[in-house]
Amino acid sequence: MVDSTSDKFIVGSREFNSRLLVGTGKYKDFQETKDAITESGAEIVTVAIRRTNIGQNADEPSLIDFIPPSDFTYLPNTAGCFNAEDSIRTLRLARELLDGHNLVKLEVLGDKETLYPNVIETIEAAKVLVKDGFEVMVYTSDDPIVAKMLEDIGCVAIMPLASLIGSGMGILNPWNLEIIIKNSSVPVIVDAGVGTASDASIAMELGCDGVLMNTAIAEAKNPIMMAGAMRKAIEAGREAYLAGRMNKKLYQADPSSPTSGLIK
Amino acid sequence: MKIWVNGEIKNFEENLTVYNLVEEIGVVSKKFAVECNGEIIPKSNLKDTLVKEGDKFEIVGAVGGG
Repeated sequence: MVDSTSDKFIVGSREFNSRLLVGTGKYKDFQETKDAITESGAEIVTVAIRRTNIGQNADEPSLIDFIPPSDFTYLPNTAGCFNAEDSIRTLRLARELLDGHNLVKLEVLGDKETLYPNVIETIEAAKVLVKDGFEVMVYTSDDPIVAKMLEDIGCVAIMPLASLIGSGMGILNPWNLEIIIKNSSVPVIVDAGVGTASDASIAMELGCDGVLMNTAIAEAKNPIMMAGAMRKAIEAGREAYLAGRMNKKLYQADPSSPTSGLIK
Repeated sequence: MKIWVNGEIKNFEENLTVYNLVEEIGVVSKKFAVECNGEIIPKSNLKDTLVKEGDKFEIVGAVGGG
């Protein structure tokens, strides 16, 4: 078993125990959001920044009442932004909203259909945000060159997609992820595309530092049970990675039982 | 005076501070951030900043998202 005190997950200036990061969208209600996130063991939760309703009831419950920023590390995102300017503006508002909190998730989308990231705009936004004092965790494609460029700009975590956002198609290109992991000196977190527990384990076994997911939990038939499954999958995958897997022997079996002493 | 709040035109009396505006729309007790004509107004300045005719406000909060 991994000693949890020695296997810390460090992102920028912050330290965590859980390597599972979760979104707070798509749940039936705030209670389910809270129950699932609690079961997941996640410490970092993503939130979106949106216009408030005008003339709302002051007693109307909000996400913050159920997922208090004092108990979780908020990761405000720029979901829905399609250019650098909007994403920068959104995160500056988020920093004001969260009293100076500077750990953020940058995602600049390029296409409404696939939600594929626009890496050119992402790079532009990352430069400005890093200069402005943000600790930027950045959603990107699984292009190893772009990942390296984002690291060189000063992003604190590189978050390549496993497959399209909300698709649940799992890890489509483990080979690229391995190149990104090998070349990166900051945490690599698979963000988007995980569908079920084994996907999360595979990401961790590849050597990812963490996994960020939302839909895989929120749209499970039983989100709370799936949240627990994901927690275990992340832990299992991490331990398998640290333990170091056996070598694959192609077309060559190797018996586990002694070959001598057989009865004749 | 007429101002824009989150994309809607709203009518308010003169001599309104941004803090009053946030009270009026019911988010003062919540976590929020205010932008006026593209510039963020820090929370510490809300009570000292007067709303002017034609101002465009964006008032945001945190919601569930991935």
